[in-house]
Amino acid sequence: MAKRPIPEINAGSMADIAFLLLIFFLVTTTMDVDGGMARKLPPSIPKDTPLPPPIKERNVLAVHINKDNNLAVEGNPIDISQLRNMVKDFIINPRNDEKLSETETLAMKKADALATGNAKIVNDMERLIRIFGPNTTISKGVVSLQNDRGTKYAKYIEVQNELVGAFNELKNELSIRIYGKEFDKLPEYQQELVKEIIPLSISEAEPRNVGGK
Amino acid sequence: MARFKSRTTKKSIPPISTASLPDIVFMLLFFFMVSTSMRKNELKVQVTLPDATEVKKLEKKSLVSYIFIGEPMPAYQSKYGTEPMIQLNDQFATLNDIRDYIAAERESRSEAEIPFMTTSLKVDENTNMGIVTDVKMKLREANALKINYSTRKTLHK
Repeated sequence: MAKRPIPEINAGSMADIAFLLLIFFLVTTTMDVDGGMARKLPPSIPKDTPLPPPIKERNVLAVHINKDNNLAVEGNPIDISQLRNMVKDFIINPRNDEKLSETETLAMKKADALATGNAKIVNDMERLIRIFGPNTTISKGVVSLQNDRGTKYAKYIEVQNELVGAFNELKNELSIRIYGKEFDKLPEYQQELVKEIIPLSISEAEPRNVGGK
Repeated sequence: MARFKSRTTKKSIPPISTASLPDIVFMLLFFFMVSTSMRKNELKVQVTLPDATEVKKLEKKSLVSYIFIGEPMPAYQSKYGTEPMIQLNDQFATLNDIRDYIAAERESRSEAEIPFMTTSLKVDENTNMGIVTDVKMKLREANALKINYSTRKTLHK
């Protein structure tokens, strides 16, 4: 028997098949990247636990949004464009203002820990001092955000955005000072170190039920 | 001679070869397969996300569970009204369903992944904070503490 060549497979319809698949994927998938502001909620507290020791008045920056979406810091109405700088000032407190948050240098923290004999903190502080220098300050300040049940979500996010923005700017400034690079461009372990100096201390208080919807 | 000439002019435009068409289309296909993700939930509520500048990308999508809050779609408004509602998976839900939803989401992941699970809140910008706060309280009770306020990214002002 003569060897018959295998006839070539017709690939003309291959394009049609591929087009069909392509259109299927175009229709059933989405391209949107999910982004957002990551936040950690405080763990829920059982009712009978004792209250934690109160934080000093000067270490809390109270930010309120009322049901008409007006913003107030420490009771004074302000515009949202001022918020970012107010938060930054409050946290770093460059002139050691009595009304703004208390700051402690790493050297002070280490001395405190030595006095109380807490070896873990001493180690932590020595590690941080090696990188950031003894005069870098850690703030005790906490930003407390309180909203009303009637506050619009868009306004709430706008305020959150400013708060996170303030902390991000501080992190960036520190990163550039120490590493010469922006925070986002640092490797992860350096980001963790920067976060130890500037923690994202935003507390979300439970809303007041006054005001209603 | 004249006959020969006319034949060449007729033949001057050869058919375009379509042999590489499948390759091109396959390339497009792979691009879309890689760069897109499957549409997971059919939305029953209208969600227009608020804008923000300090947006971080949500990582590890398989560990994210979604909670949608917003006005019901027009098709459902005759049944559910226009008050903002919660949507979990494919259906409307109440506050008390959140705990079960989180439990079910945890069940479907391995134990090691549970601490990394995130709840993404996709909330319409015109919703009042009341319902959002209630949801947050329920999440706290369910011990799902990592949350993510889903927003659209806008350029710096």
